[in-house]
Amino acid sequence: MEAFHSLTGIAAALPQAHVDTDQIMPKQFLRGIDRQGLSQGFLFDMRFEAPGKPRPDFVLNRAPWQQAALLITGPNFGCGSSREHAVWGLRELGLRCVIGSSFGGIFSDNCARNGVPAIVLPSQDVDRLLALATDPERCVMTVDLQAQTITTPGDGKVLSFEFDPLRKHMLLNGLDAVGLTLQYADDIRRFEQGYLKQRPWLAV
Amino acid sequence: MTPRTLYQKIVDQHTVRPLGKDGQILLYIDRQVLNEYTSPQAFAALHAAQRGVWRASSSLAVVDHVNPTTPERNARTMVIADADRSRQVHTLAENCQRHGIALFDMLDDRQGIEHVVASEQGLVLPGMVIAAGDSHTTSHGAMGALGFGIGSSEIEHLLATQTLVYTVMKNMRVQVTGQLGAGLTAKDLVLALIRQIGADGATGYVIEYTGEAIAAMGVEGRLTLCNMSVEAAARGAIVAPDDTLFHYLQGRAFAPKGEHWDTAVTAWRQLHSDPEALFEREVTIDASAIAPMVTWGTSPDQGDAIGAAVPDPAHEADATRRRSMVRALDYMGLQPGQALEGLPISHAFIGSCTNSRLDDLRDAARVLRGRRVAQGVRAMVVPGSTSVRQQAEAEGIAQVFIEAGFEWRQAGCSMCVAMNDDHLNPGDRCASSTNRNFEGRQGAGARTHLMSPAMVAAAAVSGVLTDVRRLLPN
Repeated sequence: MEAFHSLTGIAAALPQAHVDTDQIMPKQFLRGIDRQGLSQGFLFDMRFEAPGKPRPDFVLNRAPWQQAALLITGPNFGCGSSREHAVWGLRELGLRCVIGSSFGGIFSDNCARNGVPAIVLPSQDVDRLLALATDPERCVMTVDLQAQTITTPGDGKVLSFEFDPLRKHMLLNGLDAVGLTLQYADDIRRFEQGYLKQRPWLAV
Repeated sequence: MTPRTLYQKIVDQHTVRPLGKDGQILLYIDRQVLNEYTSPQAFAALHAAQRGVWRASSSLAVVDHVNPTTPERNARTMVIADADRSRQVHTLAENCQRHGIALFDMLDDRQGIEHVVASEQGLVLPGMVIAAGDSHTTSHGAMGALGFGIGSSEIEHLLATQTLVYTVMKNMRVQVTGQLGAGLTAKDLVLALIRQIGADGATGYVIEYTGEAIAAMGVEGRLTLCNMSVEAAARGAIVAPDDTLFHYLQGRAFAPKGEHWDTAVTAWRQLHSDPEALFEREVTIDASAIAPMVTWGTSPDQGDAIGAAVPDPAHEADATRRRSMVRALDYMGLQPGQALEGLPISHAFIGSCTNSRLDDLRDAARVLRGRRVAQGVRAMVVPGSTSVRQQAEAEGIAQVFIEAGFEWRQAGCSMCVAMNDDHLNPGDRCASSTNRNFEGRQGAGARTHLMSPAMVAAAAVSGVLTDVRRLLPN
């Protein structure tokens, strides 16, 4: 996994609530057996009128947000289906971080496994970031995962955020979760033997 | 010992070890169910890292999302005309063969939607933890198990280690008082609950359902309830095991037999929350006050009783919610104040992991008997599994659907997720027994109204959204 330390970039605002993963990655892009080529599908119906025909008024199609690296979202972004394609597409498009008041649980987990911190803030802080992100002059922000801060030069503020320590460690170091867990292979084996022994009905 | 909830007990029984001091644990998983569109990337990563599968016997693979549901599947052919979908199905078969994983492929008599198949085969047992690459894995809470959806990277982790790095959730108890009225189902209950707490109302929680209405509810109703709890953002939903469940499980293909059965039931009877256990959030809902529910919007919490009118965004104080309502009404082609009952439909769909089991089909058939689908409405029913389909044929229910003018299809996810050829066109309006009314879910530009199978049947024969209670015998 690609490590995430800190990021300074343009933030785009997507204030709509409950943007589900069917909207983030529609079904016509779920036809593959790999993780590639999904940037085209990201928020497809919002970004495009038809294949190859962008909606000029959509934020990610306008300057300067065509270069956005952060996405400030409305509540419950990424709810719905478990499809990790949503995060693969987001990442492939160049987005590296999502910030909102809540996220779909599976989506948030998927982000963490793809080098994309999903940062949860109180809604009044998200509202402030949304306002800044809407202003082309003030939409640049810095997320520092190590320090757990978001700096907004646009209004000269720095805010702190909470972040799961284990997830932070994984992201900062770009760690392979499977490799890390396999260090505990003996623990798992021991647990499994005891667990199945106590439940003879499972062993048949 | 500190009193614990059922959820905490299941988590404790599956904790291999804590990870750090911040509440995350290494959680042992009993079973995983794999499908053709979220598992190939997991297998590819496993192979790239030259890792094996920890315990192949804990996995079951099912083809359900992309397969056709056309009657021609009776011809016993695995051919899927679409090359991409065909590749997904064949990749699953190759991966299963390589690792010795059981596969119910398209032509297997046990094939069906993964969440329907796992319970009807007795593969999910009380006290288990199940994870799968599909959000509706919460269904398995009806079996007294903890089930939750995961992404493909987590599937890879699970295949390689039989565990997940897990954040322990908070506990929410939903107490359902009173009894559901005639013509009302678990679907109406869960739609009413989602309306009450919101589409993100259970973020960070696992729900335990208790109360009179739950005790009286059959296992298939509980599966509907736990299935759709994810639409309120719950990361799990459990009903404590009871005799109703044991009766349902006994004799199923993979359920314990003989003396193992007795040992298991004795252990399963211990699976309940302690009386003094702490639930961080308590919600009460009165089942007797619920009327048949339909959604009017594009989020599962945008619903109301069939007798209600489409709400007016102007009366919504919260700006974010107001914007969502305006957008939803525009997408759905509805006006504030318009009555829901009487709204004309073009399609009726009964199916999905939420509502495609035998009880669901029986409920709908009760409404359809002696009636015909209204002119101009295309109606289809897609049983949740081949086994459900066969039982419905044996019971004569299939004939009721066919005589009413419904298409009687083969099992699969079908038009709930529209990843095969079953989809709606822009502007189509569908009465649907599915779980998501999201924009484009049943096809780009399609308009979905969620409701119970009986309500879909009532809409199908009336041609408009209808209170099913008008069509039921007194």
